[in-house]
Amino acid sequence: MSTPAPARPILDITGLTVRYGPRRRSRRALHDVTLRVAPGEAVGVIGETGSGKSTLARTVLGLVEASAGTILVDGEDVTRHGRRQWRALRRRGTVQYVFQDPLRSLDPDLTVADSLTEPLLVRGVPRADAVERARALLTRVRLDGALLDRLPGEISGGQRQRVAVARALITEPRLLLLDEPVSALDSANRVQVLEILKELRDAGTALLFISHDLGSVAGVADRIAVLHRGEQVETGTAAEIIGAPRHPYTRLLLGSAPTLRGPAPSSRAERDALRALLPV
Amino acid sequence: MTALSPTTTAPAAGQAPARPVLSLRDVRITDRATGREIVHGVSLDVTPGRTVGIVGESGSGKTLTCRAALGLLPAHVEISHGTVEIDGTDIATLTPRRWTALRGTVLSAVFQDPASYLNPSIRVGEQIAEVLRVKKGLGRRAARDRARALLDAVRLRDPDLVRVQYPHELSGGMLQRVLIAAAVAADPRVLIADEATTALDVTVQAEILDLLDELRERTGLGLVLVSHDLALVAQRCDEVLVMRQGEVVEQGPTRTVLHRPRHAYTRLLIDEHEQYGLERFRTPQEDA
Repeated sequence: MSTPAPARPILDITGLTVRYGPRRRSRRALHDVTLRVAPGEAVGVIGETGSGKSTLARTVLGLVEASAGTILVDGEDVTRHGRRQWRALRRRGTVQYVFQDPLRSLDPDLTVADSLTEPLLVRGVPRADAVERARALLTRVRLDGALLDRLPGEISGGQRQRVAVARALITEPRLLLLDEPVSALDSANRVQVLEILKELRDAGTALLFISHDLGSVAGVADRIAVLHRGEQVETGTAAEIIGAPRHPYTRLLLGSAPTLRGPAPSSRAERDALRALLPV
Repeated sequence: MTALSPTTTAPAAGQAPARPVLSLRDVRITDRATGREIVHGVSLDVTPGRTVGIVGESGSGKTLTCRAALGLLPAHVEISHGTVEIDGTDIATLTPRRWTALRGTVLSAVFQDPASYLNPSIRVGEQIAEVLRVKKGLGRRAARDRARALLDAVRLRDPDLVRVQYPHELSGGMLQRVLIAAAVAADPRVLIADEATTALDVTVQAEILDLLDELRERTGLGLVLVSHDLALVAQRCDEVLVMRQGEVVEQGPTRTVLHRPRHAYTRLLIDEHEQYGLERFRTPQEDA
């Protein structure tokens, strides 16, 4: 790979392998994955059911242990971090995350203001300043400051996901991990969240955008890695992956995604031929 | 599909259209409980071997329209205006017994969540065989053999294994294939697929849609594809209806709707794809 790294990567994953289960009968969820995300760069990870993409997300957040390989976060080797070290790292707020379901990252009993300001109050930021910052972040995710007093259950799904993004941003993370961040949203909200992500990337945040949906990843990611059954089958710029995919799985994926204009991306016969090339 | 004539093919474009098997004329649907009209007039024709698509978000009325055509509206919801004809028969004249006879044999359907349409405690082969015994009057052994042939026809990799499995042992894509096998078991002439691939991975979605296309070509099945995804419908359908809040805001041949959308909502759906779809990366294709 000759892609020049613009700066020291915030996330540097080398040869990551994850196995689940008892040693002798373990199942490989991820095999030899190598990825780098630099500041201001958005890297997409595409995969379907069983691809290992969620395992990747969980490993980067220290929720699953790596069986082999290394993970560096902002130069610090976190691969063998214990639970306490991970917690400390998360507290620092260098890495933040947004999941598909915002209710997973928002406390249902906390108002939007409380969810947003809590990490700042813990650090001793005066309440008035914290609320001011929360209000500014809501504006940044195109939400009205009036939502500050609401509970997550009282706002729409699209608003909730934007609050989850704002919550992730309050600690000014250098890396934002997004696991299916727009998959549960309708088209208008999807576009809004994707726009916000692009702004963040342009402002220098590193994004790791994990999804099954090529279209939304392609709209934001500079580079894309394709996972299939735990293997990283192809990595390249978004234009390379989508314009000239090489691996049969990537070609099948692209040939399967419906597009609006022009003829079908591939014929039924081509898809059948590609399916035959992949392991059962 | 051994029981269906393999020589029937879709009518070529330009040929006189065959008589519609399913025909909706200005169908309006009203919730009797509130007196509110929910669907404000849908007209469409499904002829053998053709595919009609309905696009809309949740709440657009696309599913209610399908349910009206299937005679499966919720208790307090009714067709308040217009007609639905199945194979030339106005459904308003159908007795419950005639409805039961029609469903599956003339008109059939598959939905988003296949698991909820299967009995979890009965092997899937037996469930398809039951459809064949009830709808086609087949004997036990003939029904079992035919069920196996159907599982093979929906391209399940190992029909002899799948036949004796329970629904929980199968993946979402496999379950949807089983449901399609059951839905086409009694050789219907129109199949309604309402968000049938929404919950599936995109490669599995393409497999299922390829399968439906293949059935359509081989047997002359008419298809109604219902989806929230304009691109999916655009790619597979001859005609498209765009629904929004109970209203058909746009309707016509797919090419016309995509290239000359008249309604702002259709343009919005198209714009979203062009901005965030894969289209951006493709060299613009010749508009043949």
